[in-house]
Amino acid sequence: MAVREEEADVVIVGGGPSGLAAATELRRLGAGRVIILDRDRQAGGIPRHCGHYPFGMREFHQMLRGPDYARRLAEQAQQAGVEIRTLCTVVKLHPGGLVEMTTPEGLARLRGKAVLLATGVRETSRAGRMIGGEKPGGILPTGALQGMVYLNGRRPFRRPVILGSELVSFSALLTCRHAGIRPLAMIEAGPRPVAYAPSRLLAMAMGVPFHANTRVEAILGRHRVEQVSLSGPKGTRVIETDGVIVTGGFRPEASLLTASHMDTDPRSGGPAIDQYGRLSDPAYFASGNVLRGVETAGWSWAEGKQVAHSIVASLDGKLAPREEALTIAIEGAIEGAPESAHDGDALKLVLPQVLVCGYRVMAAHRHLQLRLNRPARGRLILKQAGKVLTEKRIASRPERRILLALPEVFSVEDGELRLLFDEE
Amino acid sequence: MSDAGQESFDVAIVGAGVVGCALARQFTLDGARVAILEKAADVLDGASKGNSAILHTGFDAPEGSLEVQCMREGYRLYLEIHERLGLPLIRSGALVLAWNEAQQAELPGLIERAHANGVSNVGPLTRQEILDLEPHLSQGVTGGFRVPGEYLIDPWSAAHAYLLQAIENGARLYRGSEVLSGSRSGGRWHLETSSGRLSASLVINAAGLFGDIVDKRITGESWFTIRPRKGQFVVYDKPASALAGHILLPVPTKTTKGIVVCRTAFGNLLVGPTAEEQEDREHALLDTETMTALAAKAEEILPELRHHQVNAIYAGLRPATEEKDYRIRTDLAEDYICVGGIRSTGLSAALGIAAHVARLAARKDTPLESPVWPKMPMISEYGKRDWCEPGNGGIVCLCEMVTRREIDNALIGPLAACSMGGLKRRTRVTMGRCQGFYCSAELARITYGRLAEPMLAGDD
Repeated sequence: MAVREEEADVVIVGGGPSGLAAATELRRLGAGRVIILDRDRQAGGIPRHCGHYPFGMREFHQMLRGPDYARRLAEQAQQAGVEIRTLCTVVKLHPGGLVEMTTPEGLARLRGKAVLLATGVRETSRAGRMIGGEKPGGILPTGALQGMVYLNGRRPFRRPVILGSELVSFSALLTCRHAGIRPLAMIEAGPRPVAYAPSRLLAMAMGVPFHANTRVEAILGRHRVEQVSLSGPKGTRVIETDGVIVTGGFRPEASLLTASHMDTDPRSGGPAIDQYGRLSDPAYFASGNVLRGVETAGWSWAEGKQVAHSIVASLDGKLAPREEALTIAIEGAIEGAPESAHDGDALKLVLPQVLVCGYRVMAAHRHLQLRLNRPARGRLILKQAGKVLTEKRIASRPERRILLALPEVFSVEDGELRLLFDEE
Repeated sequence: MSDAGQESFDVAIVGAGVVGCALARQFTLDGARVAILEKAADVLDGASKGNSAILHTGFDAPEGSLEVQCMREGYRLYLEIHERLGLPLIRSGALVLAWNEAQQAELPGLIERAHANGVSNVGPLTRQEILDLEPHLSQGVTGGFRVPGEYLIDPWSAAHAYLLQAIENGARLYRGSEVLSGSRSGGRWHLETSSGRLSASLVINAAGLFGDIVDKRITGESWFTIRPRKGQFVVYDKPASALAGHILLPVPTKTTKGIVVCRTAFGNLLVGPTAEEQEDREHALLDTETMTALAAKAEEILPELRHHQVNAIYAGLRPATEEKDYRIRTDLAEDYICVGGIRSTGLSAALGIAAHVARLAARKDTPLESPVWPKMPMISEYGKRDWCEPGNGGIVCLCEMVTRREIDNALIGPLAACSMGGLKRRTRVTMGRCQGFYCSAELARITYGRLAEPMLAGDD
């Protein structure tokens, strides 16, 4: 059977906030056929699973629940003339913007003059964290819990423990409250919650004890979770529980990319982009959480909107060639193992990873975005051939947004690029 | 099963692991009326649940052992029937690698043993030849040899196929049926199980990790003791499979084949197993420190692995005994065969073991003239999957690309999955990189009320 092949001006892989924002903006800018491919039943991405506030302040200037927010974004795109195709899973990215996908009707191909990857993130699973013990039922990532509770009205357990204390961990807490699930504890390996302080109050208000500096040694139970054993400041203890919610540790959902012909960034696990959000194959762009792990829906939405302008400029032949990009060398970087470097390399990730000639005002990314592996303070300096382009003093904790403005004009002819973190 | 009408069979097989499944197929095709008794809710729930999924040639097995004899025959039989049953075979070949002088010195002896075991196409390679074959390998390798016939297979669909062929040709599978005791009268065995009674003229004990206990329950004695040996595994996400074409084997020690690094039929990269003696036959606990060490070991062998993600972890138990070889005996009681101590090579040897046991049993049944040959759904990454085909119902598990139709099919038929573990082994749902982040909710909806062991607790 011949595989169907169609053409579009822009193909967008992933219909979450970033993909929907990009699609809507592309149509507003006059792009012709814009098609979003989403593997889920409905477009909207992760906010669809988050039946709680607050979403939409940046986009709609009002507080919305996740599913309402997702619906609004999808409606906006449809009204703008975007084609949204659900139950389409892209299986391969070919050079030059040809994507191969599977649909309930079988295989199909779609060729875009440009392709935007907006595939988002997933949480690091229990396996990815190599937590010991057995493999009973009842160990869920937040995404799965929220799907069960909000999309299917089910309650997978009654008294689970929550691993992690990122923003999403508190989202899990809200989900539990919604479903009448009483978490027994919140467990964090670090000394304090990763999320900002007010979230902690939520746990206190719900009467959920917070265990800092604590690790899960083992999850026990044959068919169902029965116990977790913890090791913390007070030694080892066992909690009788019936579930484990494994939250956060977001990673780019970038397996398509990793298996493709394009460059990835080992630090972020996502694509290596230039300031236009463009990949090493210049037919491809990326925006949203696939770039770095997690940011808010609003931030991803804004990135999608901005990258639309870069895509239009690219289709009009206005961008400097990607082949002439300079890679930002990270000074003092420790080769390998960026994740385990609790006392090593403080910089977890930096994006964009490369720069091409151009003006800041036209770029999708007008700042370098950085994340830290551990709490650190010091001076960030971006240098080109020994000359300081931009610098800033920072004091930050892990998983917080750090921005360093890019220069007004950038030229690759001026020589090599280095990013230094002069830690105090 | 019901007590009232006690059913009678020619052969009762205790245990539906890969060996039990192969035995069921053998005796059924030979013309016997077969019952398979499995104590768990679903099949392949013991030692066959977790292994390294390699079809071994037996090149390094002890010379002249029953193990090597069964492996050679099992290997040959798998190659003979796999296509007909729709089972995958990835002809990867293996490299046995030395990393220091001491290991280098072992190589000639291993090659000699391979030749003695009938694996003749094995010869030494230089360090450079190895690096040319496997460019991602660490430069620290000193030498080794290639075993072209070591292949990758799917450990579960193989066993399911053997059992399904038995069932479709008349065998009866009883799940949730633990054998409690046995007695003899009128020249037959009468087995009492947790779900009723049955009789058989021949009983075969293939109870794996519980082999010695089943021996005692039926015959009153056992002549060996199971010494469970735990193996922990770490599985890297699919992109890592590009780092190794061959199965990468270390030079084995006296006690273990050592840590293997290889692709899987499902397109991942697997590292393991450890070999840890323990008393417990049921619980195979994973341990963070050991898994971290496994990953570190793998990253020594393939340095680029450190940029890749671990997406699954598991631990299996092998039914080792106080001796190295298989423990297959017919003299414990009349019309009773114990197939014990099938340690780490059971998957490769299963069909060979079945053929060997059939010869020992020497029954005079009339082989089926034109048996049914079921075809298994192709779930290997290297075959053509359902998601390529129209009418697949859409993808439910996005990481492993499992379609709605594949899940529906796994929940029906004579060998329908009845636990989440069983459904995973038949389809691979939730076994990918997200470990259920995306599909658990949908899966809970699809399987609701359809599994003997439901997926969710709490909302009943």
